[in-house]
Amino acid sequence: MQYLDEYRNSDLLKTQLANLRSLITRRWVVMDVCGGQTHSFLRSGLEAALDDVVELVHGPGCPVCVTPAQVIDDAIDLAQRNTVIATFGDMLRVPGSTTSLLQARAAGGDIRTVYSPIDAVLLAQKNPGLQVVFIAVGFETTMPSTALAVAQARQLGLTNFSLLAHHVRVEPAMRTIMMMPANRIEGFLAAGHVCAVTGYQRLSQFAEQFRVPIVVTGFEPLDLLIGLTECITSLEQNRTEVRNLYPRAVHPEGNSHAIKWIDEVYQIATVPWRGMGEIPDGGFVIRSEWRQFDARHRYKLDLFGNDDDAECRSGDIMSGRLKPHDCPLFGNRCVPDHPIGAPMVSSEGCCAAYYRYTAERKMHQ
Amino acid sequence: MCLAVPGCVVQWIDHDEVMATAEIDFGGVRKRCHMACTPDANVGDYVLVHAGVSLVVIDREAAEKLLATLATLEDAH
Amino acid sequence: MKPPVESNSSFVCPLPTSPDSQTVSLAHGEGGRLTRQFIRERIVSRFSNETLAALGDAALITVGSERIAFSSDGYTVTPLFFPGGDIGRLAVFGTVNDLAVTGAVPRWIGLSMIIEEGLAWSVVDRILDSVQAAARQTNVTVVTGDTKVVPRGTCDGMFITTSGIGEIVTPVGTGPSSLQVGDVLIVSGPVGRHGAAIMNAREDLGFDPSPISDCASVATPLIELHRTSLTPRAVRDATRGGVAAVLHEWSEASGLSCSIEESLIPVSTEVRAVCELLGLDPLHLANEGTFVLATSHHQVDSTLSLLKHFEVTRDARIIGEVVPRRIVPVVLRRSIGSDVPLDDPAGAPLPRIC
Repeated sequence: MQYLDEYRNSDLLKTQLANLRSLITRRWVVMDVCGGQTHSFLRSGLEAALDDVVELVHGPGCPVCVTPAQVIDDAIDLAQRNTVIATFGDMLRVPGSTTSLLQARAAGGDIRTVYSPIDAVLLAQKNPGLQVVFIAVGFETTMPSTALAVAQARQLGLTNFSLLAHHVRVEPAMRTIMMMPANRIEGFLAAGHVCAVTGYQRLSQFAEQFRVPIVVTGFEPLDLLIGLTECITSLEQNRTEVRNLYPRAVHPEGNSHAIKWIDEVYQIATVPWRGMGEIPDGGFVIRSEWRQFDARHRYKLDLFGNDDDAECRSGDIMSGRLKPHDCPLFGNRCVPDHPIGAPMVSSEGCCAAYYRYTAERKMHQ
Repeated sequence: MCLAVPGCVVQWIDHDEVMATAEIDFGGVRKRCHMACTPDANVGDYVLVHAGVSLVVIDREAAEKLLATLATLEDAH
Repeated sequence: MKPPVESNSSFVCPLPTSPDSQTVSLAHGEGGRLTRQFIRERIVSRFSNETLAALGDAALITVGSERIAFSSDGYTVTPLFFPGGDIGRLAVFGTVNDLAVTGAVPRWIGLSMIIEEGLAWSVVDRILDSVQAAARQTNVTVVTGDTKVVPRGTCDGMFITTSGIGEIVTPVGTGPSSLQVGDVLIVSGPVGRHGAAIMNAREDLGFDPSPISDCASVATPLIELHRTSLTPRAVRDATRGGVAAVLHEWSEASGLSCSIEESLIPVSTEVRAVCELLGLDPLHLANEGTFVLATSHHQVDSTLSLLKHFEVTRDARIIGEVVPRRIVPVVLRRSIGSDVPLDDPAGAPLPRIC
């Protein structure tokens, strides 16, 4: 597959790895913000290959993980009230306060996975007798698709479709992390697909304020490597700019059409992140003009709800202050099969990833 | 987040502002995707598709340039 | 016979499943860890006999002086008709394959159908025609069976259970508990075709061309392997849970680990496209005419050469080997040379966008 295979070429990867190793003079601490990048680092074996030379901290860039338990509780509740819940597959195993969508489905709730939010609109269109609610999570990458979903629903004149939306913004969370007293992050790999949508001009201000290099990075193994190389090169040379190492997908100003769709339906708001409390301007809510498609409005649901588990240390872990095994719950009450906090919830969450992949490395030590 | 896959635009189906769709070819397999964010994509262009929606047109030139730079590095080794 | 080895991997969750373990969940039927747990804790524990405990695809039984294989399987696939097959064809080939992997020539089939009230007779006829064609193709005779009709809504169109009896040619080793370090792992064709085909059809994903199920009988090449004394150490058709489930099962049974190479796994164009877009791993998707085989290293070349001789297994290839026990039961070697764990499926593969 073109624009995919080239970035998985093992010869190129090996050369790049060697190149990176030759540049490094100390073990820098770099955060990859996006869950998809974490996943790719781990699955490709790059994390293992780089462990001795770079400290990669996996950031809170997993919108699935940071979706508050409240959202899941609300969806489960709706499913029991004769509503069809449509969702991305990623959300199915995420625990709410007591149970997950998967378990709610086993108990009889009409909960269906879709590949695209627009498939949920088609579902609503084909079934006028059903109320369909789509759980809309994700960064700005996913927002064009959910915005388009409601735009299409409106154009089709549907009255049985709404979004239970909890979209989040990465930057305020990065800011929160950088402002934590014991923060150790020295450089960032910015989420390439978010930037493909939004552009990266606003990141310059962040880089300047916190004196950190930021590199817009893609997702294939080669993209990760060259992004990381650029970040480390900047660190070695004491530079703190924003660089784009994903030029095939990202332009400085982003994609104006996608931005337009997001702006049309959503506005920035303070929202809770699971395990991190309220993040100022940390997410989005649906604009009042579109309230007929807002499930919170339709079903009278609160944005702010249940508290997180007090012992869970996800906030510290996601900011790099603690390692997963420093959390008292890690490996006993909190494991991938029954996760408590955000980072254990999905396979990209740093605790789940750590649980799965580090045992193999330990074996080699 | 952000599993997006590159595919080639093979046929436009609908140019409506909201309902825009096109057939995209992913390594030999076609699927209809939503094109309202890339209304200017031409047949033959590659786009990145996430959750059924085409997010950007891939900049061929930029891709070639970058790969060429990396190849130089490889030759140097 | 060695009892199955409990995994000492830190990846095995100490608690059975999820907080609510009072009821059966779909995950228990998906192949992989939870299914194995169900079978071990509730079935083998109750019906403790050596034949069952071997947990082969078919049971090996002695009747007088004859050795036979006896297998039983349920089919609940939706949709009933899918690219590459239908429930009728699946039901025959599935049981035929289960017999063949244990070293038996499939001979007789019992066909039990549970039909939903309201299903069109034309559908029933189509499925029965399929059963007939599949039986002819594999030289098996449908000798007994049952039909039941259940009220509308209590089953999905039709469920079929087939039981099969076959005559043993050569029993296949002593199964996965006899695997040894250095044994070579072979897959008989491109992986994940059935799972991808079903997903595309059921979820109406619109991939064109659709992946086509590999629903087929693999009896002929397997019987030939046995006849030419190239008896494998272990063979298993990679149904629910895919190749990953088989390898995990073998790890558990043998106390060793399986190591496979990413670059060697055969995947078709259609399956690849579905997996890339949905974020799925072809090694976790179901197959219905593709098996994993472990054989001693000095039999590899002859085994491969024989398999490639047959249409249904012409794309057979080596994917890895059995290695000494590691912390991780199944290891995937990535193209850059590092190893990552291959997860044990615990539930149906879910599309993701993350």
